[in-house]
Amino acid sequence: MMAQNLQITAAAPDPALLDLPWDVPLEEWPADVLAALPRGISRHVVRFVKLSGRVIAVKEIGESVAYREYELLRQLRRLDAPSVEPVGVITGRRSPDGEPLEAVLITQHLQFSLPYRALFSNTLQPDTATRLIDALAVLLVRLHLSGFYWGDVSLSNTLFRRDAESFAAYLVDAETGDLHNKLTDGQRSYDLEIARVNIIGELMDLVAGEFLDEEEDTVAIGAMLVERYEELWTALTDEESFTADARWRVAARIERLNDLGFDVGELDIMTDIDGTTVRIQPKVVDAGHHSRRLMRLTGLDVQENQARRLLNDLDAHAAATDRQNDEESFVAHDWLTQVFEPAVRAVPRELRRKLEPAQVFHELLDHRWFISKERGRDVPLAEAVDSYVTDVLRHRPDELAVLGASGLADDA
Amino acid sequence: MATVTFDKATRIYPGTERPAVDALDLAVEDGEFLVLVGPSGCGKSTSLRMLAGLEDVNAGRILIGDRDVTDVQPKDRDIAMVFQNYALYPHMTVADNMGFALKIAGKPKAEIRSRVEEAAKILDLTEYLDRKPKALSGGQRQRVAMGRAIVRQPQVFLMDEPLSNLDAKLRVQTRTQIASLQRRLGVTTVYVTHDQTEALTMGDRIAVLKDGLLQQVGTPRDMYDTPANVFVAGFIGSPAMNLGTFSLAEGYAQLGSTKISVPRTAVTALGADDNAKITIGFRPESLDVVPAGTPDSIPVLVNIVEELGSDAFVYGELTGELGSKGLLHSGAGEDQVIVRVDPRKVPAKGETIHVTIRTGEQHLFHAGSGLRIDA
Repeated sequence: MMAQNLQITAAAPDPALLDLPWDVPLEEWPADVLAALPRGISRHVVRFVKLSGRVIAVKEIGESVAYREYELLRQLRRLDAPSVEPVGVITGRRSPDGEPLEAVLITQHLQFSLPYRALFSNTLQPDTATRLIDALAVLLVRLHLSGFYWGDVSLSNTLFRRDAESFAAYLVDAETGDLHNKLTDGQRSYDLEIARVNIIGELMDLVAGEFLDEEEDTVAIGAMLVERYEELWTALTDEESFTADARWRVAARIERLNDLGFDVGELDIMTDIDGTTVRIQPKVVDAGHHSRRLMRLTGLDVQENQARRLLNDLDAHAAATDRQNDEESFVAHDWLTQVFEPAVRAVPRELRRKLEPAQVFHELLDHRWFISKERGRDVPLAEAVDSYVTDVLRHRPDELAVLGASGLADDA
Repeated sequence: MATVTFDKATRIYPGTERPAVDALDLAVEDGEFLVLVGPSGCGKSTSLRMLAGLEDVNAGRILIGDRDVTDVQPKDRDIAMVFQNYALYPHMTVADNMGFALKIAGKPKAEIRSRVEEAAKILDLTEYLDRKPKALSGGQRQRVAMGRAIVRQPQVFLMDEPLSNLDAKLRVQTRTQIASLQRRLGVTTVYVTHDQTEALTMGDRIAVLKDGLLQQVGTPRDMYDTPANVFVAGFIGSPAMNLGTFSLAEGYAQLGSTKISVPRTAVTALGADDNAKITIGFRPESLDVVPAGTPDSIPVLVNIVEELGSDAFVYGELTGELGSKGLLHSGAGEDQVIVRVDPRKVPAKGETIHVTIRTGEQHLFHAGSGLRIDA
């Protein structure tokens, strides 16, 4: 190998990175280092690569663009925006005969995430598209609240994780993005328009590939994103005014935002001079109301709707054991060690690549409800676990590392 | 088709005092290819985004044709941002990949087909229309992406550094393609780049910005031959113009014992803030290599010779009594002089050559304001 003058920029560089064949164009990387080939036509060459027991995504891209995207992804992580984790940038690559090769941007593969194409390829639930759109609307609102203009919102540039009965969306590609202090209405509306057109295009492509029924109204699904986004944006940011004697509406607004999964970090309250009208407007809102609460109580780090479900079970547990007046954190600790952990640990090791523990627990609760109804009695959790593992989980695909889009055999 | 008018358009970012774009007055003709160029932070991208509707306009107006679009949503401005996204859909034909936005907009099938066919003809994609993108080369895929913008028949194309993530070879190729395509289509285009070569080779006219202020707008020839100020003079042209500021005495700019004659009209044009000094610029090709001892010649120590075949450039520094005094600068740096020499008679590195400025080819500027003196 000719001496290469590799420059590695990474927050926590893994020495194993040096063993990868950087002197070979990504397109020609040997199969034994690859975890899978990505599907679909991308602007850049992208490969999923095995590294120290994890999977990383490597993308060949111009040097300045690579550094820019790396920095943006790091900033997004700092802002707690749902996005993939950047690993680093490598420049100075050369082939053995001295030919310079493109820089690469490396990101961590998001475990248990699913590309949208994978969700359409197997057993398709009728409302998959709707649930994906909901997740994307939440993601876009969160990014916009953080001042991030995406510039290329699409299903392909997003990864989805199961989140109880819905999905949580993560940004994968920030190449066209920009971080601002505050977005203008023009930036938000244009981003939304790009999203609408891209989503409809992607759904039309699924129809053309016969992964989605021709009867589906792709244009209406795209329009739904705009609608969901506007609803959520309004709920989170709108100014509301009422007479001074209706002050309960301040608390009601905060509760409404909590229900939507957001905490209010800062609320502007303004009264007019004679004090008869009060206007309130949330200034800082943070997503993750339920996941933060669960984290505080149990240390479990899960997604928002999973957290909602687990918290409900925690409340049910407190009621069933008649401990509603006990210190909440004590009850939570007992629930964690006596309910959650035993249930999750009862899943055989070889099946743990199928779903995240919190998602398993969510499905388990559903399953228990289902068999309890079927058997006409309250099935205890331990019994439900056996039935769930045998009848449900065992038949599910592994979702720890779904790369590309399984099942789309005709993709290049 | 339409004109584009920036009418004292100003953008001030919240929390900042200095406008990112300061009262920009710029009229883009119908069908014109206008390039906004300048160093980073000059306001070129902000100007483009104001036109696109992505940045608020804090003062002034923006018009597309006769229509004031200052407060119109981006999607209702009838503009197309080109190259933003060229992910193609694998299961759809090339024709569907180009026409899907029209389908979303509810256009009739026959109209979509005819617009797609028309665009395909211009883009040399006719024979691929019914194939899948998989069958296309990289360049063809990029043309399909352009086709998406073309079929929408927007009033204005906007391009923000579209070539920045291409490698050098593809950049030159695509540059030519975009320029010739734009001329065939005749759609008004505003193009942003930091690269003055891109600006010179592509634009019908160029607008140079610095610190949010428009410096000059004109044809590539105007910008090169009659730069309006020192900044434009140094920014446009590659290799860059040599510039120096000199004391003026008895109608001559004094460069040590070397004297450069300055026309009388220029001398009289100087004002108090010029402090009896004048800035003179001369391009590398405006210097003649002369024998040592020629009156008023400037000695240059050769550091590097860049041979390009048709041309050769000497990158050198002033030497002798003129050396290391910060008298001159060029794109190559302080005390550096760039000289175009006969490619068949290149001097060796370390040699000293003598040059004179060709009569009438110097550019004169006020030492105070930096503005051009027309003499």
